[in-house]
Amino acid sequence: MASSYNAKEEDGHHSGAAGHGGAGADKSRKPDNTAFKQQRLPAWQPILTAGTVLPAFFVIGLIFIPIGIGLYVTSNNIKEFEIDYTGVDSKSECYACARNFSWNSTTPCTCSMNFTLEQPFESNVFMYYGLSNFYQNHRRYVKSRDDSQLNGDPTALKDPSKECEPYRTSEGLPIAPCGAIANSLFNDTLELHYVDSNGTKLEIPLVKKGIAWWTDKHVKFRNPNGNTNLTVAFQGTSKPVNWGKPVYELDPLDPENNGFINEDFIVWMRTAALPTFRKLYRIIQKKSSTTPTLPSGRYILSITYNYPVLSFDGRKRMILSTISWMGGKNPFLGIAYITVGSICFFLGVVLLIIHHKYDNRNTSADIPN
Amino acid sequence: MLRRRLNRLLGGDERRVDSRTVYVGHRSSPDSEGFIPPKFCDNRIVSSKYTVWNFLPKNLFEQFRRIANFYFLIIFLVQVIVDTPTSPVTSGLPLFFVITVTAIKQGYEDWLRHKADNEVNKYLVTVLEDGQRIRKESEKIKQVGDVVEVEEDETFPCDLILLQSSRDDDTCFVTTASLDGESNHKTHYTVPDTEKDLESLSATIECEQPQPDLYFVGRMHIYKNNQEPIVSLGPENLLLKGATLKNTQKICVAVYTGMETKMALNYQGKSQKRSVVESINAFLLVYLCILVSKALVCTTLKYVWQGKPGQDEPWYNEKTQREKDTNLYLKMFTDFLSFMVLFNFIIPVSMYVTVEMQKFLGSFFITWDKDFFDNEIKEGALVNTSDLNEELGQVEYVFTDKTGTLTQNNMEFIECCIDGFQYKHRDASSELDGFCVTDGPVSKLQQKAGREKEELFLRALCLCHTVQVKESTEPCLDQVDGLNNQVDGLGIDGDGLGIDGALSHLEEQRGFIASSPDEIALVKGAMYGFTFLGLESKTMKILNRNNDVEYELLHVLNFDPVRRRMSVIVRSSSDTLLFCKGADSSIFPRVRQEEVERIRLHVERNATLQEGYRTLCVAYKLLSAGEYAQADAGLREARLALQDREEKLMAVYNQVETGMSLIGATAVEDLQEEAAETMEALQGAGMKVWVLTGDKMETAKSTCYACRLFQKSTELLELTVRTLDDENRRREEKLHDLLLDYHKKAVQDAPPVKEGVTSWSSSQDYGFIVDGASLSMILNSSSDSSNSRYKNLFLQICQNCTAVLCCRMAPLQKAQIVKMVKNSKGSPITLSIGDGANDVSMILEAHVGIIKGKEGRQAVRNSDYAIPKLKHLKKLLLAHGHLYYVRIAHLVQYFFYKNLCFILPQFLYQFFCGYSQQPLYDAAYLTMYNICFTSMPILAYSLLEQHICIEVLLDNATLYEIAKNAMLRWRPFLYWTVLGLFHGLLFFFGVWYLFYNPALQDNGQVFGNWSYGTIVFTVLVFTVTLKLALDTRHWTWINHFVIWGSLAFYVFFSFFWGGIIPFLSQQRLYFVFANMLSSVSAWLVIILLILLSLLPEILLVVFRKPRGPHSRQ
Repeated sequence: MASSYNAKEEDGHHSGAAGHGGAGADKSRKPDNTAFKQQRLPAWQPILTAGTVLPAFFVIGLIFIPIGIGLYVTSNNIKEFEIDYTGVDSKSECYACARNFSWNSTTPCTCSMNFTLEQPFESNVFMYYGLSNFYQNHRRYVKSRDDSQLNGDPTALKDPSKECEPYRTSEGLPIAPCGAIANSLFNDTLELHYVDSNGTKLEIPLVKKGIAWWTDKHVKFRNPNGNTNLTVAFQGTSKPVNWGKPVYELDPLDPENNGFINEDFIVWMRTAALPTFRKLYRIIQKKSSTTPTLPSGRYILSITYNYPVLSFDGRKRMILSTISWMGGKNPFLGIAYITVGSICFFLGVVLLIIHHKYDNRNTSADIPN
Repeated sequence: MLRRRLNRLLGGDERRVDSRTVYVGHRSSPDSEGFIPPKFCDNRIVSSKYTVWNFLPKNLFEQFRRIANFYFLIIFLVQVIVDTPTSPVTSGLPLFFVITVTAIKQGYEDWLRHKADNEVNKYLVTVLEDGQRIRKESEKIKQVGDVVEVEEDETFPCDLILLQSSRDDDTCFVTTASLDGESNHKTHYTVPDTEKDLESLSATIECEQPQPDLYFVGRMHIYKNNQEPIVSLGPENLLLKGATLKNTQKICVAVYTGMETKMALNYQGKSQKRSVVESINAFLLVYLCILVSKALVCTTLKYVWQGKPGQDEPWYNEKTQREKDTNLYLKMFTDFLSFMVLFNFIIPVSMYVTVEMQKFLGSFFITWDKDFFDNEIKEGALVNTSDLNEELGQVEYVFTDKTGTLTQNNMEFIECCIDGFQYKHRDASSELDGFCVTDGPVSKLQQKAGREKEELFLRALCLCHTVQVKESTEPCLDQVDGLNNQVDGLGIDGDGLGIDGALSHLEEQRGFIASSPDEIALVKGAMYGFTFLGLESKTMKILNRNNDVEYELLHVLNFDPVRRRMSVIVRSSSDTLLFCKGADSSIFPRVRQEEVERIRLHVERNATLQEGYRTLCVAYKLLSAGEYAQADAGLREARLALQDREEKLMAVYNQVETGMSLIGATAVEDLQEEAAETMEALQGAGMKVWVLTGDKMETAKSTCYACRLFQKSTELLELTVRTLDDENRRREEKLHDLLLDYHKKAVQDAPPVKEGVTSWSSSQDYGFIVDGASLSMILNSSSDSSNSRYKNLFLQICQNCTAVLCCRMAPLQKAQIVKMVKNSKGSPITLSIGDGANDVSMILEAHVGIIKGKEGRQAVRNSDYAIPKLKHLKKLLLAHGHLYYVRIAHLVQYFFYKNLCFILPQFLYQFFCGYSQQPLYDAAYLTMYNICFTSMPILAYSLLEQHICIEVLLDNATLYEIAKNAMLRWRPFLYWTVLGLFHGLLFFFGVWYLFYNPALQDNGQVFGNWSYGTIVFTVLVFTVTLKLALDTRHWTWINHFVIWGSLAFYVFFSFFWGGIIPFLSQQRLYFVFANMLSSVSAWLVIILLILLSLLPEILLVVFRKPRGPHSRQ
């Protein structure tokens, strides 16, 4: 609200007409003749007309449909096998374990399930565990962690964040790793045996490396004091209340996979987006190019049943899956692409017809003008 | 005297006293022992709101008084107090941003005000102190009672009483151009009986306390020789601050200073105008309802869900002790608040700041427009209120003042008609004949009236006026002499060269001062043959060809609006002459009838249909000695009469001014440049133009014709005193009948407007003329029932007329009319344009007030926009206004849309996370979405978009019409909301289907909840930005830069936040974005969703018929 309070401006103006002082002042008052200030910047003025959009529709259709078909085929070629081992059903092998679960039991309950693979799994097979109705994305749960503690910060180790409540301290000692997420670490042990034609059980080697994000394993999660002597490093801390063993005993055999940088732990710490989720458990590497990784036949899944889910009506699954360039089996993308591509193509055709007719009408209507 | 002082001492507060006493020169009066200087405020003008010290608290207080800011403050406080899903930063930062930007803007505006104040306060004035002249800054006039000396062309520093003038007749001339825009000179008088020696003057002035109305009453006590003469003071002695002195040097005494000056008092209390875009408040309410209902739904569902066994507190996710202890209902309430906070982004904080910024920056384009720059006054457009830019695009009614707005106060002599032959003054450049004959009355081309007549006519113009010649500061007689010779050869035959050059020379040296501008125009017009040199002690000097002629001025028969003519009686060497000029209607009956017809033709043509010139007829009469003696005696007697002086004078005037012979008529150009084109364009744009003027009907009507507001085919409906005066019936009855009659004609018989087809061209146009008296009868009718009925009838008639002319209006009535229309059905947007103080009331009343013109700097302050010329109105409305309306409408709708589809996925996510208020997006994204990622493109759009380019808009006025705020009505709002819903649903569920199997990488690793949010957010940012890109019709490099730039910035920021920098490695988003990009599926789903979201948009664009010519061809 530029205001000029009195006629002083006018005065300067009058004198300015005579003297030259005013000329400069006048010039500055005159708006600059720049393209920007005059709103005359050179501009591209695209007009979307049927003529320009029609080819786009066809092109989209032509690109999307093949991609969609490719995705769909890829997804269909992915082999996936899923087995629920919760033990809800009384006929289920794990029924007893599920029923008799108690936090205090010292001896782990084990059960095993038989299943048959109809088709051989050719490439690397990825073994997932799946949980249902498990709200890893609950706000109270998601925030209940201390990232700086997990990053190896010694002060956070001794004094975890308030967010970890009520899993922050136990018996006066700070919990490492603190928080609800860590506390509820999935601790079932799954083993896979192949029953060959002779009836002998062959244990299938499960690789536990490479299941977590590389950056998580190598940057985000760090043990305090490096990896030297974790027992000392975690001294003065308490194990999470629901854990059977402290964090430095997660994988005593491999120091690169122990403590906070245990990959099972890291995978668990990446909270799932939806209440039904799967997490990578193990990888079954392809041994030779000639034999399939998992030939078709009978298998036994041995479970050390430590993880109770019935209390919240949850389910536990074991999933075997091969992986393609697009990830795991998911027909959604393929179908979506095919649909969208078809719609575009169809619209293109419809538009072409309409446009053709409309154009004729338009030109004929233009003539009288 | 004693009582008054006691009063002051006891009361303390000066305002309780109803008058103030000013000691001239601070000299105590002889009888008052122990002079106590009264306390008055100093002469500092303060229009600024803040000082450096109180800026922060005061500005914050002002800002939080706004309901929106307050709302966001509450949200922020809730976040701080209650355990909410998002950190207080997410809403605190935008709020801080908004507050800061607004504070900076207001600070800048206040700084400008400080600057303006300083300019006034540091203005140098001469103060007389103890007999010495001291130059001081204006603000240092400490005291009321200081004696100030003002010189020519200086501005009065405060309200002054004129004590002494350098002119002999104790007068001074003043222009109040900067106060009320009137450029004519006003005469003020010194206080009578003051001594010439001011140093010994000892006096007190007693006057009212400061008050805004311009009336002034006071008394002055002068003490000399123990006498105490009391002189009364009136408005003619008071010189107002801000006015400029012309012609004299004089000395005055300050009575009111600083903030107590009448100007400052008048300035206060300008009401704040609000734009209709504030109709977004209704949209806001809808969104607030959506917000509350979302929060309610979530809270309810949460407790329903928690009621199921095992869900509220599974073993893996126990509550903290504090949560367990909290009362259930309190928890419900805090849950509700948490949801509110989570979804509060749906009501965008940043919309306010973007709208503010858009308006603020947008107004620069108006001031920058060089088309608004006027070379004469060296000024461009001025924007006083940036809030109303878009209103300019919605105007339905234009109220314009006539004098000085449609017409120019600077009149120009265009042509004259002598004895039936027409003479035209051509442009100097076209032909060097200053004065040449164009056509005779009936194709008697190249014929001229007799030379005698010509001379007589010019002499009449030269003598019959009350113009005064302003003494030039350096009289250079040589040059005048030189001019004599030059002018010599020129004469009316016009065969000389360089007359214009000579004239302009002459004009430079000689200023004319007159009470009405057309007199000057006529005197200047007469310069083609005669030059008026001045009036010296009853003698008029005229430079005729090569010799000075002196006429003795015997009598001036002054102009008055009833007679509508004026005369002078002069005596030349030989005989006594009476010259008379006046309106045709008042002259024609008084001249010999045979002369009339030839001139009437010209007069009528000029006055009405074509040019709309202001015409005056000139007549003369040779007075014999006897006649003169009789007239002289009559006049003297009448002037000395004590009773009924006016009437007696009138009688004599009428008696003298008879039997004259008509010489000719003059036409003075008065119309503003391109007034007719502008008015036509406005009408073409669907605006109804009303002319509100204080002028009489005839002139106003001719102006209307000239502006093509009335066409030849327009049927005029008149509702004036003239039509109402019917000897048989009372005025009220007649009014009633006329109103009904007109209503029937204009409203009922009018063919119903068919959709789409413009039938108005075929049907009859109506023009409506109403005058002040009739209007007050309509508005202030005695009985209440008929009052409102008349008002309705009147309004309906007016609304069906293409143009309405209201003449003889008081300023207040102008405002009344504006108010009436403004509050009528559909509350149309009104615009008032005027140029002076008498228009201020209607300018303040209308939605948009525009001041036109070079003068009236104070009136400018009351306006919202100021443009130098009327013709600029066209571009201001058709181009700027229209564009700003489209821009801001799009801006507002887009903002709601983008926040709806921003927050909807977050809402949907609640159904999948146990209603736990888990945010879908990371806090950084929540905060930055509206500030950084999506704010700049829409701001650039709203400043630069030209959906139709300016030239096309100017050429096709019809493009202007957007019916009744159409782009901010519920339909487009609904469209945008549905679009937002569609996009939000698509984003969320598209990704949801993808996350059916979260193993999305080719190494079998899985994605978590933050990846989910990041994918949705990426799709969101891209879609929302590209949607805007699709809507952009005018891609300048800025648009390109900002649109692609903010997308690039989003990607860059995500990488950065995702932990390229080591210290962010503890972030929960650590490498989430990079990992997402490494997944082919994520890429595919992002592309798919963006495309799918924009598909309907593209389809719509294709199907929508392209409207109007878009390109520049």
